[in-house]
Amino acid sequence: MASGVKPRVKVPKKAAAGEAVTIKTLISHKMESGQRKDKEGNVIPRSIINRFTCEFNGAMVIDVTMEPAISTNPYVEFEATVPEAGDFKFTWYDDDGSVYDESKSIKIA
Amino acid sequence: MEFSRRETLAMGLGAAVLTALPFRVIAAAEDKIAEFTGGADLADTGVELTAPEIAENGNTVPISVNAPGATAILVLATGNPTPGVATFNFGPGAASQSASTRIRLAGTQDVVAVAKLADGSFAKASAAVKVTIGGCGG
Repeated sequence: MASGVKPRVKVPKKAAAGEAVTIKTLISHKMESGQRKDKEGNVIPRSIINRFTCEFNGAMVIDVTMEPAISTNPYVEFEATVPEAGDFKFTWYDDDGSVYDESKSIKIA
Repeated sequence: MEFSRRETLAMGLGAAVLTALPFRVIAAAEDKIAEFTGGADLADTGVELTAPEIAENGNTVPISVNAPGATAILVLATGNPTPGVATFNFGPGAASQSASTRIRLAGTQDVVAVAKLADGSFAKASAAVKVTIGGCGG
């Protein structure tokens, strides 16, 4: 599924050095669980985002393995430490092999 | 549908076991936990799982987990067709070992979080969620 997938990320524009910032991420994706059936009774094949990662300047912040029990439009909120100015890199991995990227830079106030 | 004497006894026994152990998770979920912990013992403190007591819509149930110092947290929904929900692995850039997300629940059940703590031990927390409308289609 490559249509209508749009990652959205909320990161503060600046932070004090060493401060913990809250990051909210959401990607629009239908997250078809593979449990549902269509009108003819055929199982709708599974199609989900199975992994989400966030890195800051190359250091891993969080790596989430997702299963079909994650809701439509998977939302993840977590906290990261900002030791210096740099870039957050967010990556989502789709079942069909697609990879969705997003990055946000943060300054030191 | 008629039950034989043997089946009735078996059901009664099953019900008794369930009542005696309210936090007992179903076998599939136990397998998942064993796979994650390698069969290690589970402590009761060290991980926190926040979930609503009543969820009107099983399609999006907000949950959050928090386990200070943990390296990984496994979340399971014991009453779902497949119990796995998510595994959070925390790296050196994480400020706190906590995360929130939204999950699907098929019906009223226990949600379980198992954390791998910094010293290699494991902790478990569970929360009972009442679901009004299940979220796995039908």
